Amino acid sequence: MQWETVIGLEIHAQLATQSKIFSASSTQYGAEPNTQANAVDLGMPGVLPVLNQEAVRMAVKFALATNAEIGKRNVFSRKNYFYPDLPKGYQISQMSLPIVGAGVVPIELEDGVVKNVGLTRAHLEEDAGKSVHEEFHDATGVDLNRAGTPLLEIVSEPDMRSAKEAVAYAKKIHSIVRYIEICDGNMQEGSFRCDANVSIRPAGDDKLGTRSEIKNVNSFRFLERAINFEVERQIDILEAGGEVVQETRLYDADKDETRSMRSKEEANDYRYFPDPDLLPVQVEDELIESIRSTLPELSDARRARFISELELSEYDAGVMTSDRYTADYFEAVLQKSGASAKLACTWISGELFSRLNKEGIELNASPVDADRFSQLVARLHDNTISGKIAKEVLDKMWSGDATADQVIEQEGLKQISDSSEIEKMVDDVIAANPDQVAEFRSGKEKLLAFFVGQVMKASRGKANPGELNKLLQEKLKS
Amino acid sequence: MHTLTLAEMRSALESGDFSSVELCRHYIDRIKSQNEALNAFVSITEEQAMEAARVADQKRASGNLDGALHGLPIGHKDIFCTDGVRTTCGSRMLEEFVPPYNATVVEKLKAAGAICLGKTNMDEFAMGSSNENSYFGAVRNPWDNDRVPGGSSGGSAAAVGGRLVPACTGTDTGGSIRQPAAFCGITGLKPTYGRVSRYGMIAFASSLDQGGPMAVTAEDCALLLNEMAGFDERDSTSIERDKDDYVSSLGNSIDGVKIGLPKQYFDAGLDSSIATALQVAIAELEKLGAKFVDIDLANQHLSVPAYYIVAPAECSSNLARFDGVRYGHRCDDPKDLEDLYKRSRAEGFGREVKRRILVGTYALSAGYYDAYYLKAQKIRSLISRDFSQAFESVDFILGPTTPSPAFKLGEKTGDPVEMYLNDIYTIPANLAGLPGISVPCGEAEGLPVGMQLVGNYFDEARLLNVAHQYQAVTDWHTRLPE
Repeated sequence: MQWETVIGLEIHAQLATQSKIFSASSTQYGAEPNTQANAVDLGMPGVLPVLNQEAVRMAVKFALATNAEIGKRNVFSRKNYFYPDLPKGYQISQMSLPIVGAGVVPIELEDGVVKNVGLTRAHLEEDAGKSVHEEFHDATGVDLNRAGTPLLEIVSEPDMRSAKEAVAYAKKIHSIVRYIEICDGNMQEGSFRCDANVSIRPAGDDKLGTRSEIKNVNSFRFLERAINFEVERQIDILEAGGEVVQETRLYDADKDETRSMRSKEEANDYRYFPDPDLLPVQVEDELIESIRSTLPELSDARRARFISELELSEYDAGVMTSDRYTADYFEAVLQKSGASAKLACTWISGELFSRLNKEGIELNASPVDADRFSQLVARLHDNTISGKIAKEVLDKMWSGDATADQVIEQEGLKQISDSSEIEKMVDDVIAANPDQVAEFRSGKEKLLAFFVGQVMKASRGKANPGELNKLLQEKLKS
Repeated sequence: MHTLTLAEMRSALESGDFSSVELCRHYIDRIKSQNEALNAFVSITEEQAMEAARVADQKRASGNLDGALHGLPIGHKDIFCTDGVRTTCGSRMLEEFVPPYNATVVEKLKAAGAICLGKTNMDEFAMGSSNENSYFGAVRNPWDNDRVPGGSSGGSAAAVGGRLVPACTGTDTGGSIRQPAAFCGITGLKPTYGRVSRYGMIAFASSLDQGGPMAVTAEDCALLLNEMAGFDERDSTSIERDKDDYVSSLGNSIDGVKIGLPKQYFDAGLDSSIATALQVAIAELEKLGAKFVDIDLANQHLSVPAYYIVAPAECSSNLARFDGVRYGHRCDDPKDLEDLYKRSRAEGFGREVKRRILVGTYALSAGYYDAYYLKAQKIRSLISRDFSQAFESVDFILGPTTPSPAFKLGEKTGDPVEMYLNDIYTIPANLAGLPGISVPCGEAEGLPVGMQLVGNYFDEARLLNVAHQYQAVTDWHTRLPE
């Protein structure tokens, strides 16, 4: 039988606020256990939550970036259950009235086809702490640093039909939240977590099959593998005449398998009800408009502009808009250097990125910022230096504070474009290599490269290659 | 000294009739000699209080006053967190809990110069109408030690009624300030919901809980409320609005005020001795120029059932944090996590608290939520609407605070529903979030009787004004138990 896979994703994006969603504690990752938990985070008696308005703004920003509805009156509810890392015995979340409603997220598939994935909703909630099992004999430690960290839970419609589509969607959401700077997207640190609801049904059926929810997936690669494993598992069950059980399954990356965590029968009754400690949140039009006005040009729009106005190829435009920082860097270099988009793009995606990759650093930590890099590109653009020399200049800039002009000046790397000076060098090379000249003139034109190399060597790489070529051709052919 | 009101003590301190040290010493001695009989205090902070009194006297000598309550002794209901001082909430769960922070109310009264003599007994987690639900034992009514002081702020009411302290803080979720005030012959005000910060006040039912003053007179309540009220950025449900001066308007004439008498409050369920006392009080108020009209609050009979869904539902969630993990009672040698939860909570909570957690958990459960919780919220809206309509034609609503005077210890412990019905006149104001005050207005069988006045939202100043004018021509509030 032909089976169709149906996938919906629930993504938890940790919002990049300075302080927690209901308290003033810092949200910084990696601090000593329980050093970033105050009386509110600890759920001490009598303390009360106060909503961090920044979390509201970030959620609204997400709604605007995905053309989603905004819950102008949204309500926090309590999700009640007992767990040691849940200090109050309930999680403050949103249930029937979330801050973000329905929206659409276009994803591009491998064959270039664009598919619209429906966004069901996104709601604000607080994260729980962490139970720590290592380091303790016969006991469990609780670290509440993470308790109260703001999360935006982004829920999709069951619109994806393969693991690859699910990954494309997850990557798209990842790119959006980073682009609008509401989440750092760090999957290793748990800032961006995906749960996948997976079911299968006979191809052509309208009715959804019984789903399982896969948790604990902390990379896109694992997401793809976990879904594929789960689809195979469900097909095996159904084809053997069995029934899929609705349950939560954990993905084990080491064994590359999912295993049952709890079934629906064991599921909690969370007894949601509106949190009486928090008033309904009113999102005023004024706030929405002020956020809209600060919203950056989004990735898709920017990419389209780079193609239509700057005439970058689709591929280059994609690379230059892979994240907001790259696009900003590119546009800054473009504007300050006065160079063509193609030249700026080539040097950023080539020399700059390969150096960053080699050293494993992010663009925003690059030793050469957009300002300094633009001068290098400018000197390439006005032919002060050749591409070969530019690499040498960049090396020097990488390890110090000097500007491109300072390096060129200090090292005497300025390109020689004065034709009389180059002419003299060409003449010298021709005079010194009579045999090769004869061979060239008898038709072995490949030797041109030899002459270019000789002149370059004589000029210590500084001769303007265009000028040099022109002069060599003239002299050799005359 | 202890027959003076807070306002009179303030003048006496100012004119140097006695010092704060003498005043606090006098009250501490009274607490020490009488608390054994009344059990009104669970903690006495003698050392800190006497030190604070010495400092207050020194400051006064150098002309440097903290605020309007400089050097005056008060008590705090043990539901308000006090930095460094044990805060039990009447429960074994918090028998040894010492908060590292002050409730906003505690902070504000301290800043105004008030000196805390101790923490008063209460029904466990403020759940009760008789103060028999305290882990630290029942409180006794100073008028008759065989009778209850009311609850849940029974310790505060008995302490003020017996003049073990001139004034106390209390909290009122369904009548917990007004009902014990009535039983103990004192004045108690529940402000508008959101008027007084709930930060650091251990939550019972968050949408109903409200802190307020309990004192001998309306004037003393005004003095305290002046300091307690106001927006607090740490409590999102506290209201951002200018604070009134509750003292300056006390002397206003009440000639012409319109007071509604709900027919539902004067029906067969009301003890005849209370009804008689109220008739006399109404006549007094008429002499002051008040006009009375009959009004209809048609949905009042639904308030007790609605309350006993909403309050337990919220409490079942609010009390989930007491799990034995981070603070509070933890059972010995837990086998595993479930055992830790079950035994810590089974041992830490008393019967009434457990009953309400169970009721509330049930009311919020899947399949029951709509039938119970949502329906109760709808009733709440109906009750609020009844009040709003009434306030279109009257300034205040008058009725009894309680259906009967203080009952005997043990009299109603066997029947929770009968106990719950004790709050039948006080609960509606909580459901609607309105301010209400209980004022002594007579005696029945030698026990105090309370009259309740309910005002419109944020109308505390006028409520206190009416109560003060009434107290200027009556002396029920000055009577002391023998």
